[in-house]
Amino acid sequence: MNIKENIKTLIIEKPLKLDCGRTISKFPLAYETYGKLNENKDNAILVFHALTGDQFVTGVNPVTKKDGWWSYAVGPKKSIDTDKYFVICANVIGGCMGSFGPSHENPETKKIYGTDFPVITINDMVNAQVNLLDFFNIKKLFSVVGASMGGMQVLQFVSNFPDKAKTAVPIACTSSHSAQNIAFNELGRQAITADHNWMDGKYNSKSTLPDKGLAVARMAAHITYLSKKGLQEKFGRNLQERDDLKFGFDADFQIESYLRYQGSVFVDRFDANSYLYITRAMDYFDLVKQFDGNLSNAFKKTKTKFFIMSFTSDWLYPTQENKDIVIALNAIGANVGFVEIDSDKGHDSFLLEVPDFLNALKNFLDKSYIESNDES
Amino acid sequence: MKAEYNFIANIIEKNSTVLDVGCDDGTLMEFLRKNKNVNIRGIEISKEKVQICIAKGLTVIEGNAELDLKQFPKNSFDYVVLGQTLQAFINPEIVIKELLRVGKKAIVTIPNFGNWKVRLDLLFKGTMPITSSLPHEWYNTPNIHMCTIKDFVRFSETINFKIVKSLALINKNISKISKSNIFLKNLLGELGIFLIENK
Repeated sequence: MNIKENIKTLIIEKPLKLDCGRTISKFPLAYETYGKLNENKDNAILVFHALTGDQFVTGVNPVTKKDGWWSYAVGPKKSIDTDKYFVICANVIGGCMGSFGPSHENPETKKIYGTDFPVITINDMVNAQVNLLDFFNIKKLFSVVGASMGGMQVLQFVSNFPDKAKTAVPIACTSSHSAQNIAFNELGRQAITADHNWMDGKYNSKSTLPDKGLAVARMAAHITYLSKKGLQEKFGRNLQERDDLKFGFDADFQIESYLRYQGSVFVDRFDANSYLYITRAMDYFDLVKQFDGNLSNAFKKTKTKFFIMSFTSDWLYPTQENKDIVIALNAIGANVGFVEIDSDKGHDSFLLEVPDFLNALKNFLDKSYIESNDES
Repeated sequence: MKAEYNFIANIIEKNSTVLDVGCDDGTLMEFLRKNKNVNIRGIEISKEKVQICIAKGLTVIEGNAELDLKQFPKNSFDYVVLGQTLQAFINPEIVIKELLRVGKKAIVTIPNFGNWKVRLDLLFKGTMPITSSLPHEWYNTPNIHMCTIKDFVRFSETINFKIVKSLALINKNISKISKSNIFLKNLLGELGIFLIENK
């Protein structure tokens, strides 16, 4: 896949000490921007992507030729209005859309890193991305926004850099990855590593890829992004291009066919080792533990205004886990708003056309932007 | 805007911190923010109302006062406002105690069930009273714990909090309630407004 020509890359010269103890330097961070940075440089929003996202937030992704993952929310006149705001998004380190990741070549061995790539964390991801502020000469972001793993990065970012964002919008996320979520991630990783083409992560040196394992990982994860009700309404027990059951193991049901399709298109755009690394980073995320069991302490130094949203049918990052963040913020008198959005679309609601969500996001950002301009 | 908002605003000192419990569509919050320069937060149970507040640029959390006030530490706010919703709670006693824990002072307004229209309605019709401020039928009313101005005063003695100020709203006019006039205020008042604090 020749993706380089469409990708903007910043080489981070400054050494970055990772949580695992290793230090990386001169590493690439791939990013994309939308809209224009204004003269005061006070209209920038850093968007963090989720597990399988990338820097191509909206418009047509030049690599996959499909719509950007957050096209519903980001663009001219949309929730994150690119006529108004300068939107920056970077591919996380460990990812596979140009940022430093396990598919890169190790300069010492001249082979791809594979599992020799250092295990990275959410903390490492945001510490890499904060370099974008210097690059664009932005002192303070107007907002940091992200859902799911993107929301975890929002929390970590504000905690690490308490004076670098006026507002923060963590969506459908958690402050501490739950046992259930670790379990689902482990299922995905086991599917990948059980694929004999995975070859201890050295598959890129061979011509075959662990596509089957990666597809199964995606299928399992995809179920967790939906809701029972949503699945039932969309698929029920509908049969796939047949009038009756075939008494075999083909995809008789539409839901089977749908999942197989989701798995098959995913392997074209995602790297199996990146999937291992990024899910690991999510599993290791525990902001509560980072602050000795008291989440409030993560935000003690910040004046950032928070707005948190969750979805009624999201059982992966349920409302209570989002509310725990609200509670921790209220305990220290932080400025925090919260709403649970009614939606049958499960965790994926943040990616889809859910008007209550999109309106709330837009209203919060636009009103806060006016307010912040009045103050300054 | 509700008639009592002006009087609530008069009670609240400038530049203070306020929590509006059951903030509805944020009308009072906006009014206080504009006229009293207060740092104000809201808590509201209805998702639709929370959305309206967000669209007004207000900081509101979706939540239930009976369950969600406990996340605020003691004395988090100078004032906590509870407008015409005390009667809708399952346990008003716990709510009052929570208001006075979270706030240094609390402002509580109650629709007065002792008002003469309510009394006449029950006396002559013999059915549960329906008035402009209490428009629901008995079977679908959210107001499960109605009380009168007099009841509220007695309530303060029973559960031991102090009423610093008590006002009655009569025909859009406000007047002080005292020991000597409480019979009349309880008969004429549409609404009771109380500034309370811990003893």
